[in-house]
Amino acid sequence: MIALVAVAWLAQFAAVRAAEVAPTGKGAASPSPGASAQATGIDAAQPKMVKIYGAGGFEGLEAYQSGFLISAEGHILTAWSYVLDTDYLTVMLADGRKLEAKLVGADPRLEIAVVKVEGQSLDHFDLARPAVADVGTRVWAVSNLFGVATGDEADSVQHGVVAAKTQLDARRGVYETPYHGPVYVLDCITNNPGAAGGALVNLKGELLGMLGKELRNSQNNIWLNYAVPLDQFATSVDDIIAGKAHAVADTPATPAMKDGQGIDLAERGVVLVPDVLERTPPYIEQVRPRTPAAEAGLKADDLVVFVGEHLVQSLQALAAEMKQLDSAGEVRLFVLRDQQLVDVVLPPAKDDAPDVKP
Amino acid sequence: MKRFTGHEGRSAVAWLIALALSASLARPAAAAVEVDPAVRAAETNRVAVVERASAPSVAVFAPGGQGGGSGVVISPDGYALSNFHVTQACGAAMKCGMVDGRLYDAVIVGVDPTGDVALIKLLGRDDFPVAEMADSDRVRTGDGCFTIGNPFLLATDFKPSVAYGVISGVHRYQYPAGTLLEYADCLQADAAINPGNSGGPLFDDQGRLIGINGRGSFEKRGRVNVGVGYAISINQIKNFLGHLKSGRVVDHATLGARVASDAQRRVVVDDILSSSDAFRRGLRYGDEVLNFAGRPTGSVNGFKNALGIYPKGWRVPLTYRREDRIVDILVRLAGVHAEVELAELLDAQVEPDKAPHGPHGRRPQAPKPGEKRPDGRRPDAPRPPDGKLPDGKTPDEKPADKPADDDAPGAPRDPEKPQLAGGRAAQPMPTIVKEHFIARPGYVNYYFNQLNTDRVWRALASRGDLSALAGRWRISGTVASGGEFEIELSDRLAIVRIPGGEAKCDLTGSLDQSLGPPGSGGLLVTLAMWRRLLAAGPKQFGDLYYLGTNPVPDRSGLADVLVGTHGGVETHFLVDPGDGGLRQVEMWPDDGADPCELYFADYQEHDGRMLPGKVEVHFGDAVYQVFECKRFAFESAGEE
Repeated sequence: MIALVAVAWLAQFAAVRAAEVAPTGKGAASPSPGASAQATGIDAAQPKMVKIYGAGGFEGLEAYQSGFLISAEGHILTAWSYVLDTDYLTVMLADGRKLEAKLVGADPRLEIAVVKVEGQSLDHFDLARPAVADVGTRVWAVSNLFGVATGDEADSVQHGVVAAKTQLDARRGVYETPYHGPVYVLDCITNNPGAAGGALVNLKGELLGMLGKELRNSQNNIWLNYAVPLDQFATSVDDIIAGKAHAVADTPATPAMKDGQGIDLAERGVVLVPDVLERTPPYIEQVRPRTPAAEAGLKADDLVVFVGEHLVQSLQALAAEMKQLDSAGEVRLFVLRDQQLVDVVLPPAKDDAPDVKP
Repeated sequence: MKRFTGHEGRSAVAWLIALALSASLARPAAAAVEVDPAVRAAETNRVAVVERASAPSVAVFAPGGQGGGSGVVISPDGYALSNFHVTQACGAAMKCGMVDGRLYDAVIVGVDPTGDVALIKLLGRDDFPVAEMADSDRVRTGDGCFTIGNPFLLATDFKPSVAYGVISGVHRYQYPAGTLLEYADCLQADAAINPGNSGGPLFDDQGRLIGINGRGSFEKRGRVNVGVGYAISINQIKNFLGHLKSGRVVDHATLGARVASDAQRRVVVDDILSSSDAFRRGLRYGDEVLNFAGRPTGSVNGFKNALGIYPKGWRVPLTYRREDRIVDILVRLAGVHAEVELAELLDAQVEPDKAPHGPHGRRPQAPKPGEKRPDGRRPDAPRPPDGKLPDGKTPDEKPADKPADDDAPGAPRDPEKPQLAGGRAAQPMPTIVKEHFIARPGYVNYYFNQLNTDRVWRALASRGDLSALAGRWRISGTVASGGEFEIELSDRLAIVRIPGGEAKCDLTGSLDQSLGPPGSGGLLVTLAMWRRLLAAGPKQFGDLYYLGTNPVPDRSGLADVLVGTHGGVETHFLVDPGDGGLRQVEMWPDDGADPCELYFADYQEHDGRMLPGKVEVHFGDAVYQVFECKRFAFESAGEE
């Protein structure tokens, strides 16, 4: 952690020097490198931005965040957060059109999600065209932070510089995120409500990364301004869109193929929370001792996130997934525990296991 | 590595940073760097721009030294802009520090509480350095900008702090706290705007004034800048400047109608007061508003932005569509507040409606009455008892807005201290301020009202002194519709003779029922009031004050406006600030009706006085008559 901060401080000075040494355009040392250069980069990015409205609506849990289009048909990349945890997800395009959106999939390890609206020929960022930032690269952070813009009003634009390229601290409990990969640390206050999912672009308007969530270092209380670099999520996004790994959320409940089909989690020692909400997150209430679940290492308060490669966001979705599986087989689960993703293989119940009926 | 926590952690970090920095500084010069001359030139230019822009920038202090903010001088005689929430805390007298290290006394001139603008005047010099105003409508997102001010009241030596950034958004709308501090059509910038920057200038990267800083979005880190600040656009302030100079509390404009977005995202009239000028001009429920004051109306927020930059009383064009007809009208904008409410604003607590909270604080989560509910719908604003509609505030498109987050940096934080309209009683007013301050109910500083009334009168009188001619006036000539006319005016009687007949009015007693000749809306009384001003002058007219500057239809630029009340009617006199010519006179017998309007043109010299060759009379949407004046005869009092 200390190393990260020191690196960031040193890098900031290096960044300033780098900017002075290698001008990227006219009058590079001033924050306004020539009206035409700015206008082009911002004008290129703005039509691709979207405003996302969903769950939340209390202070500290705003019901909005940012996102940007990544396909002509309406796929949108954004941050995976509580905002998306609703059946009434709304997206406003840059021209003010208000559309319903559906969650396509998410990768909780990267804390990214893909949502989709119905569209065609939409202006979008092409993730196949990688742009990379170095320390000192001048950037625009484009987002709807604080929800300032609405309808067809343009997203807010902040100026900054990439201060460091480094790993997010991997030690448990430092940051409330399972992501420990490379980040761009920014000399720009992007750590604000509603900014997550925004676009980090260079002065030409090329996408460099996605603005991250509001993260605070639990040890020194420093709020981190960062973005996830494009090369970290491009593959995962392709997979999500293609319906491959980390794909389709909330499969509708399908009837069991035949009697005896499907895994009974209770039989294996997992007691889930009661299904009282419209979409109850699939938390484990308790794990019975001396059961396959206990031996596999599942614990109370674990949140089931994936069944195999399928994202599950509710008890109903979890039940539907379980019905698809062989009742005597093992199942691989990913659970969220203390903001870490934990990989668990749940074996079948042994024939001589004690009676585990709830 | 040992894990540090809390205080230990922070000092350990500081130690490590210091070590790292000194290591980098100690690096040998072998890594010397070539700097592009263009970069050096840009840096030199930037330093020069900042130096130039610092000269008119001002640190504003309350008389006791505690509290304050920033400001900027806009004319060599010392007029300066700041925020209402800064000057409100200071009272009538302030101290202003400038970058030359000197401290000047300053006096309050006029305030706009709704828009959070205040005009003050620095005293003691007539050659103050001045900020050049730019056109804020030409500012674009991404343009470089910088703030100059006194954040955290750091400038003990009066040298202000400078912060660079870019414009993050234009034509932004920030909801008011109650009815105050509404930042319509404002500029958003990521240049640091912190408590203490309030009232100070936002410059473009050429050092020209584009806005006055005053608000920011704050949340988990308390009231320190997190990259989102807002400035009132200088173009809005230009609209208000004349009114602020009148020494009054200036009110914002309302249309007298409410708009909303329909299912096809068109902006349509959702509600309209039948007593409003918009209604009299033909606007009705369901009409689609296409253009307001020259701006295409794309959304409700866009409409609010277009409306929010005007003072009460301005006349602006509006275009609407009903079925397949498109109609252009000119509407008079009424005031947002009733008179009593406006006076109360002077005593208003400007503190934002929530206590500042620390990094971990959470505010109560239940929505307050009138606030947005979590599902995003906004309850309709209740109709105030006097029947005035709140302007344009509609259930609008913004889901889950957070008025809670927007704060006014530098707002007075102590709710226990009484806010006196006249200022803090403890400090005696400096002599120079006393010389420029007259307290009078209904005014912020009557001194400036008197100053401007006298100025406008002198300009009027310089074109021909009619003050000695308090007897009968006779004007004759032809009317545009054919035939001769004769007008006779005296203190007791007004007579108009036109081919259609003769109309008379007894001017003794109350005048608000005299609307003759029929169809003119009160031409006789209007002419009488015109004569009264020119013959009697401001002192004898009666209740006469300076309003500010308003636009004149079909002319560019703004005119000075004098408002006189006599015999129960209110008359406005619009005077050209360039040549002192009287351009227009409007007389209202009644608030809720159209006035009788006289337009003066074709001024000719008669006996060394400039007199109008053409007087066009309008009432409602019709031209009542056009008088071509050929002969003037004036008698002194006593000649009748």
